[in-house]
Amino acid sequence: MSSALPWALGCVLVAAALIVLPYLLSLSQQEILVLLVINVLLVTSYRLLTLTGEWSLAHVVIMGVGAYGSALVSKELALPVPLSMLAGASIAALLAFLLSFPLFRMKGFYFLIGSFAAGEVIRLIWKWSEMTWLFGGPKGIKLIPPFPDIEMLSIDFYDPVNYYYLCLVVVVVSLVILYRVERSRIGLTFHAIHWQDKLAQSVGVNTFRYRMLAFVISAFFAGLAGALYAHYVGAVAPDRFNVEEMVYVLIWAIVGGTATFYGPILGVVVLTILNEVVLRALGVDEMRPMFYGAILIVFVLFLPNGLESLVPKTREWIAGRRHKRTAAEQPAK
Amino acid sequence: MTLELFLQTVVNATYAASYMALIAVGLVLIFGVMGVINFAHGELYMAGAYAVVALYAGLGIPFFVAVVIGLIFIGLLGLIMEYGLFRPLRDNPLGGLIASIGFLLILQTVAVLGFGVHMEHVPPSTQGKIVFSDGVVLTYQRLYVILATIVLLSALWLFLRKSKFGWALRACAQDREAAALQGMSINSTARLAMFIGAALAGVAGALTAPLVSPTPYMGHPVIITAFIIIIVGGIGSLEGAVLAAILYAFVNTFVTTIYDGTLANIVGLLLMLIVLIVKPTGLFGAKERA
Repeated sequence: MSSALPWALGCVLVAAALIVLPYLLSLSQQEILVLLVINVLLVTSYRLLTLTGEWSLAHVVIMGVGAYGSALVSKELALPVPLSMLAGASIAALLAFLLSFPLFRMKGFYFLIGSFAAGEVIRLIWKWSEMTWLFGGPKGIKLIPPFPDIEMLSIDFYDPVNYYYLCLVVVVVSLVILYRVERSRIGLTFHAIHWQDKLAQSVGVNTFRYRMLAFVISAFFAGLAGALYAHYVGAVAPDRFNVEEMVYVLIWAIVGGTATFYGPILGVVVLTILNEVVLRALGVDEMRPMFYGAILIVFVLFLPNGLESLVPKTREWIAGRRHKRTAAEQPAK
Repeated sequence: MTLELFLQTVVNATYAASYMALIAVGLVLIFGVMGVINFAHGELYMAGAYAVVALYAGLGIPFFVAVVIGLIFIGLLGLIMEYGLFRPLRDNPLGGLIASIGFLLILQTVAVLGFGVHMEHVPPSTQGKIVFSDGVVLTYQRLYVILATIVLLSALWLFLRKSKFGWALRACAQDREAAALQGMSINSTARLAMFIGAALAGVAGALTAPLVSPTPYMGHPVIITAFIIIIVGGIGSLEGAVLAAILYAFVNTFVTTIYDGTLANIVGLLLMLIVLIVKPTGLFGAKERA
């Protein structure tokens, strides 16, 4: 019980920092902050799928399904944007449900490639000239309705700060749900499938159904991230969701580490800050892929468990110093 | 579809099958021996094309000399990957795959910094062409690709079947540990496989450079094609890769000619998905690997 107070204090401090944060930034940085919050949801939802041991290359396309879905529902069916966002996320989840049937016949590398193929097919359908009437071809969908302003409180979501708060609320609620899922029986079963899928099967776990469940949940939140993105930027295009973007999600997850809930979040936050602060300051935007590539290689070679593996080490190091200090003080007594 | 268009499409498909086979066979060879999927394979192809851009179009070195230098240079790039990435990650195939994604991004950036993002124009090394009948044409430039593929793949086949290195290579592909117990050096075999595999991708890029207008991002569609081919042919099967390259090239070229390129790509990916679902060992999955 004694640890509850610092815990609560920490939460309050983090919340306060997140609320104050946009006011410390320039307008362009505020816009990046909105994207960062969306990416946090994207990479955390990705981690839920990796819990079952499968690495998908379709996650960004599924985010795109949410984006396209929400854009079309709000534009063509004239549904209010908050509802269309949920619709977009549900479409993404439904698609993941359907894709489970072919994809979860595969495992490991085959799943990686199979998910990639499935994602590319969806992306190419968006691009395909025969489907331009619906998806707008390579140029995508423009003039997506923005999130409705709350006029009573005169909150205008065109302002990135307000949209940031909106995303923050949506993402925090989503993260809590994802965290609860992971800590539930279902989440434990995901872990079991990852490490001992034959054993899990033999004690009566339907591994296919749990893999599907992980895929559907992670797709729902990826789709939600896509919907938040679509109504913020106001346009979606097939190339925004190509495999290069997927590579960045992979890099965030790997650099952060996927063993803990906070690992991928750490990865996306640290790399975005490095990207925006360091690379922008150096003015070498062309070098961005090389920078990411080099970081990826360095991590795979020298820190395969990601940034998160540094956290317990740092904690030990601090504890060790404290221990040393008390040990040094003791003889003096 | 007229007969002429049909025949021309057959000629085009044969050319496409050739360079796709070179790329896919290299990828399969690397996978067979080292167990690693080289995601940077498309970028090795791109680097081969830029070798010709620099040496032939830039410095005016004769085309075939430029191709040979390109081949050696890309082979050496493969060795760098082997020493720097795949050897330290020998026990971690997923790590090797991820590291190759990192290497891919680096190669792309080097091409952007060195040459810019625009398309390069490489003048054809010859204007000659064979005219079979009205409208059915095979340019010498494309013929070179077809002939080089036949020569290189035959040489590789003989090398794998007849030479001592070839035996070692195939033994490692079948069972790495057993081969090591028999006194074969895994490292030197992996080095050889990586050199050959990379050089094949490089030479494909070098030979097709005058035909495709190289860009730093040209490796991206190529790696997708190569994945489709190795899955359809059965991962680890060299013969399967060649047959699948021919099958894929014909399907792709015909669908592109009759309908459009996007649909052709969709069909190719669906072909791969169906193979993955129905017969993951590949259509031509040979019992013997590599």
